[in-house]
Amino acid sequence: MKKAFPILGVLTAILLIWALYQALVGAPTEQTMGNVQRIFYYHVPSALVGFMLFFVNFGASVLYLIKRNPVADIVALVAAEVGVVFLTVNLVTGPIWARPVWGIWWTWDMRLTSTLVLWLIYVSYLFLRRFSSSGETPALAAALAVLGALCVPFVYFSIWFFRTQHPQPVMGGGGSIDPRMLHVLLLNWLAFSFFAFLVCWSRYRLETLQRAVDQAHALESLLDPSGSVR
Amino acid sequence: MSAPPTGITRTTLLKDLRLEWRSKDAVNSMLFFSLLVVVVFSFSFDPSAEESRQIAGGLIWVAFLFAAVVALNQTWAREIRNQVLDAYRVSPAPANSLFLAKTLGNFIFVSVLEALMTPLFIAFYRLRTLGPAWQLLLAALLGTWALVVNGTFFAAMSLRTRSREIMLPLLLFPISIPAVLAMVQSTTAILNGESARFWIVLLATYDVVFTTVCLLLFETVLNAE
Amino acid sequence: MSGNPYLFAAYAVTWLIHITYLGTILRRYRHLKREIEQLRRSGLKS
Repeated sequence: MKKAFPILGVLTAILLIWALYQALVGAPTEQTMGNVQRIFYYHVPSALVGFMLFFVNFGASVLYLIKRNPVADIVALVAAEVGVVFLTVNLVTGPIWARPVWGIWWTWDMRLTSTLVLWLIYVSYLFLRRFSSSGETPALAAALAVLGALCVPFVYFSIWFFRTQHPQPVMGGGGSIDPRMLHVLLLNWLAFSFFAFLVCWSRYRLETLQRAVDQAHALESLLDPSGSVR
Repeated sequence: MSAPPTGITRTTLLKDLRLEWRSKDAVNSMLFFSLLVVVVFSFSFDPSAEESRQIAGGLIWVAFLFAAVVALNQTWAREIRNQVLDAYRVSPAPANSLFLAKTLGNFIFVSVLEALMTPLFIAFYRLRTLGPAWQLLLAALLGTWALVVNGTFFAAMSLRTRSREIMLPLLLFPISIPAVLAMVQSTTAILNGESARFWIVLLATYDVVFTTVCLLLFETVLNAE
Repeated sequence: MSGNPYLFAAYAVTWLIHITYLGTILRRYRHLKREIEQLRRSGLKS
């Protein structure tokens, strides 16, 4: 099991480098936007990976509510944290792309706005985890995760309708995509998915270790120096 | 031995209402608070007629949201002071009866605040509605319920967190965004004589979904130790 | 490829964010390792 990590690490690095090369050189240059469009190959996969991770968070939270499995709780935490990181990337690369193309930093377009709301929901989840007293955190966080996940369709639907009433420039382009571009997009999505998995795995190991240490501290405070229970 | 759930809900609700009504302070402070909010908003957002009907929807709901958070923050205060929640955990009474009672109580409380603020808004902003007023009432009821049902739930979640008062809006606002958008858009549409059907249906759906899930999960929150 | 500062900025910021996050994981990991050492030593004493 331990050996798998470095092997996967090397594989992921190779994938990422190859995907980067394809994004910068291999993919055809877009007609209207030029090279700036290549941000697309980092902007979109980040969102896709983020959504995948929030889905994992939802599944793990439901599992926790049903089975009270501590592993499910850790997976939920890890998925939410790493998901927020990836969505942050998406929300930062979005304006960097929008600025040269549309001259504005933020467009309140459907995708960017929905992603922002999602980001807010999961950041609030992380705050709850940080601020709640440790005994009740897993159950409360799981409940919040379920509510947050249920909110997602409402977020998309409401913003979609709002935007059809008040149209704005759409980021990432509407219609069909050149198949060569699609290939590079999928490649970067794959590479970042592997990367996300490794990051989650690392975070998972950290959290497991952290909890073990916390337990050891708790035990230590119960025992007096001679080793018997106070 | 165990009372029927509706009985518990009704009893708890009536008790809360009686306690609130008895303290005249609560009523007076509510009146003054409503006036204050509207006046402050009038200074912040100039009520000169032209744009007011466009932004009134948003203004009013931000004011209501503010009032709701103030009301919600003290939802469970009495219960904590008297260890009622511990008693509740031990009793065979279903947790969601308590939740329903609290939510209904908050709903009434916030609705009263809104009812006090609305005429003031109408007066200060010289509002006239082009669309049917009953639709405004419907949107208001659905919207208030959306805020209150989630707010009561998150208030219970925040009970034992650090910085309890800020935890409530922190949790409530992101999840309420679709509902707030619907509230504001429906109000603006009705005021301007346009169709608000989509938004009202969205709000109603939101209310049904979140009320159901909050009822289902409240037991978890209550016993989360 | 025409030097496009925005393209470079976007890719750079992406990796900056990821590396920062990985950095926090590493930092907490090292801190934990030190704590474990302390626990081990205090365990041996008693």
